[in-house]
Amino acid sequence: MTPQEIADKISARFAGVPGIGIEAKLDSPVDPYIKISPDHILDATKFLRDDEEMLFDFLSCLSGVDLKGRLAVVYQLFSMVKRHKITLKVEVPTDIPNVQSVESIWKTANWHEREAFDLYGITFIGHPDLRRILLPYDWEGHPLRKDYQVPEYYNGMKVPY
Amino acid sequence: MGLLDKQFDNSNIVITSLDSLLNWARLSSLYQLQFGLACCAIEMMAASASNFDMMRFGVIPRATPRQVDVMIVSGTVTLKMASRIKKLFDQMAEPRYVISMGSCSNCGGPYWEHGYHVLKGVDRVIPVDVYVPGCPPRPEALIEGLMKLQEKVRNESLAKKKIA
Amino acid sequence: MAETITAPPKTSSGKPLRTEEMIVNMGPQHPSTHGVLRLEIVVDGEIIVDVVPHIGYLHRCFEKHCEHMTNYQQVIPYVDRMDYVCSMNNEFAYVVAAERLLKIQVPERVEYIRVIMAELQRIASHLIAVGTYGIDIGAFTPFLYCFRDREKILDLFEMTCGARLLYNYMWIGGLSHDIPSDFIARAKDFCAYFKPQIRDFNNLLTYNEIFIKRTANTGVLPADIAVNYACSGPMLRGSGVNWDLRRDDPYSVYHKFEWDVAVGTGETGPVGSCWDRHIVRMKEMEQSVRIIEQVLAQIPDGDVQSAIPKRIRPNPGEVYARTESPRGELGFYIVSDGTGTPYRIKARSPGFVNLSVINEIARGGMVADLVAIIGSIDIVLGEVDR
Repeated sequence: MTPQEIADKISARFAGVPGIGIEAKLDSPVDPYIKISPDHILDATKFLRDDEEMLFDFLSCLSGVDLKGRLAVVYQLFSMVKRHKITLKVEVPTDIPNVQSVESIWKTANWHEREAFDLYGITFIGHPDLRRILLPYDWEGHPLRKDYQVPEYYNGMKVPY
Repeated sequence: MGLLDKQFDNSNIVITSLDSLLNWARLSSLYQLQFGLACCAIEMMAASASNFDMMRFGVIPRATPRQVDVMIVSGTVTLKMASRIKKLFDQMAEPRYVISMGSCSNCGGPYWEHGYHVLKGVDRVIPVDVYVPGCPPRPEALIEGLMKLQEKVRNESLAKKKIA
Repeated sequence: MAETITAPPKTSSGKPLRTEEMIVNMGPQHPSTHGVLRLEIVVDGEIIVDVVPHIGYLHRCFEKHCEHMTNYQQVIPYVDRMDYVCSMNNEFAYVVAAERLLKIQVPERVEYIRVIMAELQRIASHLIAVGTYGIDIGAFTPFLYCFRDREKILDLFEMTCGARLLYNYMWIGGLSHDIPSDFIARAKDFCAYFKPQIRDFNNLLTYNEIFIKRTANTGVLPADIAVNYACSGPMLRGSGVNWDLRRDDPYSVYHKFEWDVAVGTGETGPVGSCWDRHIVRMKEMEQSVRIIEQVLAQIPDGDVQSAIPKRIRPNPGEVYARTESPRGELGFYIVSDGTGTPYRIKARSPGFVNLSVINEIARGGMVADLVAIIGSIDIVLGEVDR
């Protein structure tokens, strides 16, 4: 299925749902994507995984992006059965970064969402175990944000060169 | 002097100083801690495997820090790992030596500029005896670093206090 | 699977013996964790109840460095150091993604040489995986044989680009050096030498009765759980799923060659055990030799540096491209804002994703089985932590 058909099917399935906020940017220079509101991502991904014509069973990559004032979560979905792919995007404001967790749909999102929380501070509602994964548990701040300041000392060790 | 001087022409007697004997024993059997962090660890493994064979120098990897003499810090030291390295170094029994292998543990390496989680050189937490430059250093370079350490051990003395 | 104790034994006074679970730490410094991985194991006697992995001991801020580079080409040495055991495959994934973003078409010769290097690196990476797996199980000799053969591959790489481990060889739009004149002859010699060696490895390790007893019934990963956890590479193929990105989501010139995809069939135990993953790696080495021989026979002439752009300034947009590295699916998600500096590069590493499944497959086994399981996942902490 082409990205246009997938976008049409999602819009048809969720037509009339308030606040769903589906925008499809399919003429993007390289990879087309579909934007969904952060409170409805769980329903949308459940539909994408279970629907007979979609069958997106492989969540390849879940990454956070800092868009200067907004934080985005990007999902790369593939279907091993149907051999098609789609990119989903969710945007939230930086001061209240709450997104529904898709860990119950694809278990692989567990560690990916922990990493997005660790490096960007995006909180995933419904995640069973949201804590830092790459940085030490007592680290302060979220390093991959564009306005991050590197600390001078950490536990007595000088951090900058 | 006259009783024993030049009485033995049989060649199975060796006269040496205690310092030289101890140093020779120590430098010929420097057990290393089986401890690889990152890319340099692969070159360290290659140095102890076929083709380069560090084991003929007496350097055998041991798993626990209590039984080793030298710790080869091979790879990037991160802030999370630094406290563990300090703990491992404290657990080693004296005389103990540290070889810092590779650019990352010498000075932070390619991650010196923007690495917020990288310790810029392992000598910020433990004292280092030999620095081996390279990214990663060839196994021959590591063996040269080892031989430099052996030089250092050869010149030690029981009478002088070893610093740290 | 070990039998669980259903009723606690009684002491001499008749009261039941009090038992408790214990937390054992398999710390960051351990001979068998393949790097700095910390596992917190909750055991009931010898049987594992829960495994909690703690990673991040090698987090080297790769993604932050990418955002400060002045050029997309400058990212390549950092990409090398992510999964340091298979650097060529890392570079391959990154240049495929960058060229897709910039819409650059590279010359045929470049594609063919890239495939040769990627497949040689795949063999070298699997040799390390097999050698260190043998040490974990307790067999020291395969390690020495594997490293001896790996040195021959590293000689080929050193002849071409001067480096043994971290090459900075594949650039966006081409390569840094062309292959020297006697490379093809020496590569053909290597292929002829290596094919009987795989038979030796199988005799030494794979079909050894002790090895089979230790790995054939441990770490069984069912296929549906593997797909849900997005496992890839030998982990997925060992569970019986016939999926290989070189054939199913093709990139470069892999579609021009003929080769088989190795899938685990449950020859010695249930499908998806550690032994299945190991035999998939052994078969993949054979198939890589087959691909290399075909490429060497058909390599065209050309200039490897003609398509390298002088100034890299992509249009604003984003791309996700994935390739098959020896550990699984390695993908790069690149976001560009129109300037010469990358805005965001995310590396989707197979080790990070494959390691997350360890709790599912290690529970119920013994502590000694955990060592076999970690070895069969074949993680490299540089890419798990980036």
